[in-house]
Amino acid sequence: MSFNLLVLTCLGYVVLLFVVASAAERAAEAGRAGWLRSPLVYTLSLSVYCTAWTFYGAVGYAARSGLEFMTIYLGPTLVFVGWWVILRKLVRIGRENRVTSIADMISARYGKSNLLGVIVTILCIMAGTPYIALQLQSIAQSFTVFVTDPAGSSLATDTTLIAFWVAAGLAFFTIAFGTRSLDANEQHPGVVTAIAVEAVVKLLALLAVGVFVVWFVATGPADILTRIDAQALPEWEIQPGRWTGLILLSAIAIICLPRMFQVTVVENTDDQHLATASWAFPVYLFLISLFVLPIAVIGMELMPAGSNPDMFVLTLPLHLGQDGLALFSFLGGFSAATSMVIVASLALATMVSNHIVVPLWLRARSARQQDTGDMRLLVLSVRRLSITLVLALGYIYYVITGGSAALAAIGLIAFVGVAQCLPALIGALYWRGASRNGAALGLVAGMLIWLYTLLLPSFGPDVFLSARLMESGLFDIAWLRPYSLFGLTTLDPLLHSLFWSLMVNVMAFCAGSILSFPSPIERVQGALFVDIFNRPGTARSWTRPIAEAEDLLPMAQRIFGLTEAQSFFRAQAKLQGKDSYLPDITPEFVEALELKLAGSVGSATAHAMLAQTVGTSIVSVDDLMAVASETAQIMEYSAQLEAKSEELSRTARQLREANEKLQTLSVQKDAFLSQISHELRTPMTSIRAFSEILMDTEGMADEERTHFAQIIHDESIRLTRLLDDLLDLSVLEHGQVQLNIAPAKLRNMIDKAISASNSVQADRKFTLHRSRDREDIEIVTDAGRLTQVFINVLSNSRKYCDAAEPQMRINVRRRGEMVEVDFVDNGSGIPRDQEALIFEKFSRLTDSLQAGGAGLGLAICREIMLNLKGDITYVPGQGGAAFRVSFPIRLQARDSAQPASADSAEAAE
Amino acid sequence: MKPPRTQQFLGRDSYRMRRVMDAARVLPLFGLILLLLPLMRHSPEFEAPPTATETVYLFAVWAALILAAFLFSLWLRRALDQPERRADPPDPIADTSGKED
Amino acid sequence: MGKRVLVIEDEPNISEALRFILSRNGWRVEVTADGQAALGSLSQDPPDLLILDLMLPGVSGFDILRDLRAREDTQSLPVLMLTAKGQAADRIEAERLGVTRFMTKPFANADVLAAVHEMAQT
Repeated sequence: MSFNLLVLTCLGYVVLLFVVASAAERAAEAGRAGWLRSPLVYTLSLSVYCTAWTFYGAVGYAARSGLEFMTIYLGPTLVFVGWWVILRKLVRIGRENRVTSIADMISARYGKSNLLGVIVTILCIMAGTPYIALQLQSIAQSFTVFVTDPAGSSLATDTTLIAFWVAAGLAFFTIAFGTRSLDANEQHPGVVTAIAVEAVVKLLALLAVGVFVVWFVATGPADILTRIDAQALPEWEIQPGRWTGLILLSAIAIICLPRMFQVTVVENTDDQHLATASWAFPVYLFLISLFVLPIAVIGMELMPAGSNPDMFVLTLPLHLGQDGLALFSFLGGFSAATSMVIVASLALATMVSNHIVVPLWLRARSARQQDTGDMRLLVLSVRRLSITLVLALGYIYYVITGGSAALAAIGLIAFVGVAQCLPALIGALYWRGASRNGAALGLVAGMLIWLYTLLLPSFGPDVFLSARLMESGLFDIAWLRPYSLFGLTTLDPLLHSLFWSLMVNVMAFCAGSILSFPSPIERVQGALFVDIFNRPGTARSWTRPIAEAEDLLPMAQRIFGLTEAQSFFRAQAKLQGKDSYLPDITPEFVEALELKLAGSVGSATAHAMLAQTVGTSIVSVDDLMAVASETAQIMEYSAQLEAKSEELSRTARQLREANEKLQTLSVQKDAFLSQISHELRTPMTSIRAFSEILMDTEGMADEERTHFAQIIHDESIRLTRLLDDLLDLSVLEHGQVQLNIAPAKLRNMIDKAISASNSVQADRKFTLHRSRDREDIEIVTDAGRLTQVFINVLSNSRKYCDAAEPQMRINVRRRGEMVEVDFVDNGSGIPRDQEALIFEKFSRLTDSLQAGGAGLGLAICREIMLNLKGDITYVPGQGGAAFRVSFPIRLQARDSAQPASADSAEAAE
Repeated sequence: MKPPRTQQFLGRDSYRMRRVMDAARVLPLFGLILLLLPLMRHSPEFEAPPTATETVYLFAVWAALILAAFLFSLWLRRALDQPERRADPPDPIADTSGKED
Repeated sequence: MGKRVLVIEDEPNISEALRFILSRNGWRVEVTADGQAALGSLSQDPPDLLILDLMLPGVSGFDILRDLRAREDTQSLPVLMLTAKGQAADRIEAERLGVTRFMTKPFANADVLAAVHEMAQT
């Protein structure tokens, strides 16, 4: 067949596609897109999964490895058959958030982070570019195979030139139909329809070759089955690892491949379409695979030895003299390649422009503060430029590596690359705790492992990685060999890379998420995504915008164009019940605007643009609460109520306890006031009574007069001491006390305290047990104050210990930087219900034995100890009253300047 | 007293719907197990079944999965527009204060 | 011989002052700090007048007063209650229990004498 005929056929086919696409665009613009938006077109557009690699490569794959080629279709079948689990949620979220690409999806979920958008974009470019190159290669190859008059044209043998023209033509087509407008939903009816047509062509072409092979070359299915067994090679044996691994890998790929995300999620208009595709797309895959093995077997049987099995679909009909069939088959392969390239470059270009170019431009603009020009044109130009760039990259890649074995294997290698998006994507759908940092960490880690263990080595030794490195590992560490990390030598390179990259990815993702704190927007988005089906309405990430509608309208016009922006504003104003072009700037309105913008430029950019105009988007804790109540509370009503009531009862319990303490304190306070009154009035009574006696008694004996004067004197001292105590307490409580910090011996202090407290009930025998050796500690503190505490504790014990033979044990112990001194007597101790109150300043245990105190002693002690950065506690259950005084060995002078009661917990055990 | 018959029927209907959802969720797992069966037929002691047999088996499983998905989709598309009830409690997002950035 | 007065007071200095003032004016004064023990002797040999402190160790002045008013032989015994707490609620409680006079500490010696004198007349 002549080369010119072939080119003409191709051109004719392309013209047909143009006509279909533009008719579809026109119909969509006129609102007659009914049939375009049918489940059938949606299902057929999904067939971009089946690329030239499928069309030609599957037969070659089958010829080499038997049934293993089926795994590439079985994985997607499982995902679609199980659409209810993942795809349904993915599609719903994508549509409701007007997601423009997989990078946009991940970026939107994790707080509209453009960082993630950039990472995913780079990953997809790295995985996608070789894949595009592969398509160019297969088209070029099919040309050369087909042309029987190589002399007729120099072009026919120059695969590089063919590839160039194909790339250029595809760029033109993609630009023409992929960037007609900045559609609100980033949907492209023209492209989708053309893809659907191509899907039919490639399916029919493969079926035609298959039918020919089964019923015209062989004598029917039964004959084919016997021929299969006759041709079966030992390598056809199913390998368990690869079988399982490839099913999983292709299942992941159908979700994560940018072009699949484009047709499955971005171009989806209705959940119902997915319901149809759930069985219809597997039917398509089923039919595509049905004749692969027969064609391979017959090819192996009939074709001369050494023929490339990758071209059997084309060469077999040619060999058998069926030129028409071969041409049809050629068109099928052409369809498969072009549809993939169109969608993939469209998807990649969207990512590049939304996540890299436009944000850069916005940043530059905000730096210059210039505010002119039609953004729409800019975004479209960027998009067009990106498409050209992506295709150019693919072409350059093809030229550089052209025809090498590396390219043939690139399909599965790309799968592993895009599979790195899976953890972040699944986390986005199901795990509220997944965070931006975790996702970024996982993506980058997985990507690096993939690069190191699969993509770079795939170019062969000494291209990117030296042969030496491949042989003995990075830095000559055997465990870092690219194909057998950590000594894992039994897996083949693909599975090895899949295992390690996903493993490290998931671990980094989980660890990063668990250890980091998500920002409020992330939490809002997380709730929106995860609870998409349980949500009565949409939650907002905008609050109290401060811009005017006048500021937003010009910006919207730059993106949507004058008419559309104005009609959008008008419609929004109407929704608010206003008869004007400018709606009130409510959070709901900004939200709607952002969503509309996101459909054009991606969520991160849309958010950034609005943030630039509206001011910062503040998501407050209140808003988070609102989201929580909108999403979770309503559906998990009972769970929330339960938690709430538990929380309420906990609060109530705390309140009750606080109240009880307050009431007790109030009672104590009244009692104290009356106690103070009593304590003041009692000495006063004696003083007044005796001074009156002294005044009005004539001829009193000197001795009697002295006695009475002595009483007056003693009672005055008692009065003074009481007032001193009150003042002391007040000073200590306010932390205004001056401490005299100096080194001192603990033993001396205790000695001093014992002799000072001996005066209390001096007639009572009081046995002391102490270990003078252990008391031999040099401490730095205010010795006077500390001794005062010891005196008080000892005096209390002498006063209140109700044992017949009172005893006191003094125990000194070092605990790190602290010293603990325990004073334990053998009395009945302090009743349990009083323990909490003994250190309160208004407390006094009993009214008996009021030897000059007013219940201030322990309160003063506690304040002193807090000032000394220590504490005094009551230790129950020691067989008597037991007080533990603890304090630092070395008190820092400046510490004591702080208010004392704030750090009471510090020294407590 | 018996509830009205129609009401009972509606209850049954939504109950059946939820069970179909359950089935739709396990279908891919079930399918995966069936697709992995050929691995177990390959043991060192026994001769593996010929490739043709495996081919027929795999395409049969494939067809069965498609059929099941088709039947489920007839039920499930009715449930698409209704919100779904979930049994597991949510991650309470209001309990820890979010850091503003 | 003067009339007998019993002083129940736990502050030794105050009871000494009361003893001095009252005995100088012809009273026979008995002093005790133990209210519980005093109750017993009261019924055996009631004095003409009782001076009672409100806050006593172990037992409250109110308890003693309630006890006295419950017994036939001490039902009408004149009781002067002294208190250092000086709360209105205490006065009301004392009057409800049937105290004869209620005075707060510190007191003027002359007031105590006048009150005791007046109470002894009736």
